Amino acid sequence: MGDKLSIGNMEFTSRFMIGTGKFPSDEIMAQCLFVSGAEIITVAIRRVDLKKPDSDILRVLDPKKIFILPNTSGAQNADEAVRLAMFAQQMGFSSWIKLEVTPDPRYLLPDPEETIKAARILVKNGFTVLPYMNADPVLAKKLEDEGCAVVMPLGSPIGSNKGLTTIDQIKIIIAQSNVPVVIDAGIGRPSDACLAMELGADACMINTAISSAPMPPLTARAFKLAIEAGRQAYLGGHAAKRDTARPSSPVDGISK
Amino acid sequence: MKTFYDEMLKTNEINVGRLTENINGDLVMRALEKDGMSFNDMLCLLSERALLHIDILASRAKEMTDTHFGKNINLYIPLYLSNECSNSCSYCGFNVNAVIPRNTLTIAEAEIEMKRIAATGMKNILLLTGEAPAKAGVGYMEHVIKIASLYFTQISLEVYPMDIPEYERLVKAGATGLVIYQETYDETLYAKLHETGPKKNFRYRLEAPERAAQAGFRFIGIGALLGLSEWRKEAALMFSHAKYLSKKYWRSDIALSFPRITPARGCKTEIAPVSETELRQMIFTARIYLEHAVINLSTRESAVFRDSMIGFGVTRLSAGSKTNPGGYEIHPEASGEQFMVNDTRTVEEVTLFISERGYYPVFKDWDISLNEKIK
Repeated sequence: MGDKLSIGNMEFTSRFMIGTGKFPSDEIMAQCLFVSGAEIITVAIRRVDLKKPDSDILRVLDPKKIFILPNTSGAQNADEAVRLAMFAQQMGFSSWIKLEVTPDPRYLLPDPEETIKAARILVKNGFTVLPYMNADPVLAKKLEDEGCAVVMPLGSPIGSNKGLTTIDQIKIIIAQSNVPVVIDAGIGRPSDACLAMELGADACMINTAISSAPMPPLTARAFKLAIEAGRQAYLGGHAAKRDTARPSSPVDGISK
Repeated sequence: MKTFYDEMLKTNEINVGRLTENINGDLVMRALEKDGMSFNDMLCLLSERALLHIDILASRAKEMTDTHFGKNINLYIPLYLSNECSNSCSYCGFNVNAVIPRNTLTIAEAEIEMKRIAATGMKNILLLTGEAPAKAGVGYMEHVIKIASLYFTQISLEVYPMDIPEYERLVKAGATGLVIYQETYDETLYAKLHETGPKKNFRYRLEAPERAAQAGFRFIGIGALLGLSEWRKEAALMFSHAKYLSKKYWRSDIALSFPRITPARGCKTEIAPVSETELRQMIFTARIYLEHAVINLSTRESAVFRDSMIGFGVTRLSAGSKTNPGGYEIHPEASGEQFMVNDTRTVEEVTLFISERGYYPVFKDWDISLNEKIK
């Protein structure tokens, strides 16, 4: 029982996913992971030497304690993304892949056509696909139709820390989705993550906002609390907004 | 098809010199505060006046570096394959008239050097030659790249300019990056400095990055040799070139280098020295104007200077470099080098310093499986 996040054939207690890029050291990244309570961490295949799991970031990640989700960062088209995913699988990772197809190396915005194409191939090959995508409600439905396990719309451009500038589209995506919605990029502050969760997002993926913070572990903890608070608020519901005052201790009947 | 050459002619008309001289403090501050910086705003930051605000430039550059690159510093290492050259660039240690031991590594020798380099942990290699197609041409480079693919995950080239089909062969062989310095963006000066040899064709060299991008190179590096001409004008044109390339060839990553040259042996070219402060101003401006560009700083610069620039615009450092063919293992005694290395620290020492500074030294930032299948 309990409020679990179900993706594919797995369940997670935490709704906080964390990235590994831009940290000052592997040790600080590991501390952040520890305090975040995250159960899924994403790793760029291009950044790690999969033949040497004791090197780079991988040496501080224990696959028994954390689910390592490889990503296709660096892929500019579907072919490259598929090749990376298959390479990671051959190297012993699971068949889960965070699909990132970003032809523009500057803004790293996802290519919708190539993402759909890659998702189709990967799903057919038995992968559990978690696609990074622009906050486009039609694209979200198309990716769901292709068999993606979640959709991962961006809140604002990746690394920008600008929060949920795509909030209106995100609300539509959440309203229409039959698969978990994970807000992937642009979340800059814990309050952004809290808002995303209050809106009904199923999880948040956060990286730059933590790795670039002056005290990353403290910020990671703040995000954990914000995501939990947002989730609780979503489940608990909120009272309606009104233009008039209502006393918190009702006085109806006293004058009668 | 229009190229950067056409853009450059327009920029020349603006008279970069006059613009940079007539800039006051207000214009500098306004440029710094602006989103979506224009070419003229960039000139404000390059102006003499902006030197008075260099601390503000530094903090803005740091903020932007942190935002886009985080606490990461990428590492690469050069491997000089040949110092044979048919050009007569008098400022260059490899020029055809320089009396130096000439050498082109055989494929077997290149592999020995690579093994030695790979043992340092380096994954990103830059392969360099002079301009001697008969000795170190496309076929030779294809062969060397294939060998390099066994030891490194990212292979860049700094070779003479080529046509698109030749570049395509090198991409197919496994190269991902192409570096080519324009030397100077001043066409008249260029003609004086390159009187003989194939390099005298200014436009062919200027358009090489565009041919490289069309051929499929993912990383394009450009630069001007600082010291040949008035640096502010060179920097403005180089930044304009980078902006043009990033807009037109939007799939390619653009990198900038800032080589300050020192007179080579027997150099007849008058060098206009660029100070460290001026170099800082140039790098800060590059970061602010070209927020996503990779910025390299090679071992031409001193350890002290390089260390001080970590995170302040600079995102990639070379380390443990030797600049003569065979310098790592075959001919460890330094001779026939292109330039003197100032930062002589080992890869391990540089890596340690980066970590102590609170940054992550990144060795691997590319996977060979992203490349086209190697044929």
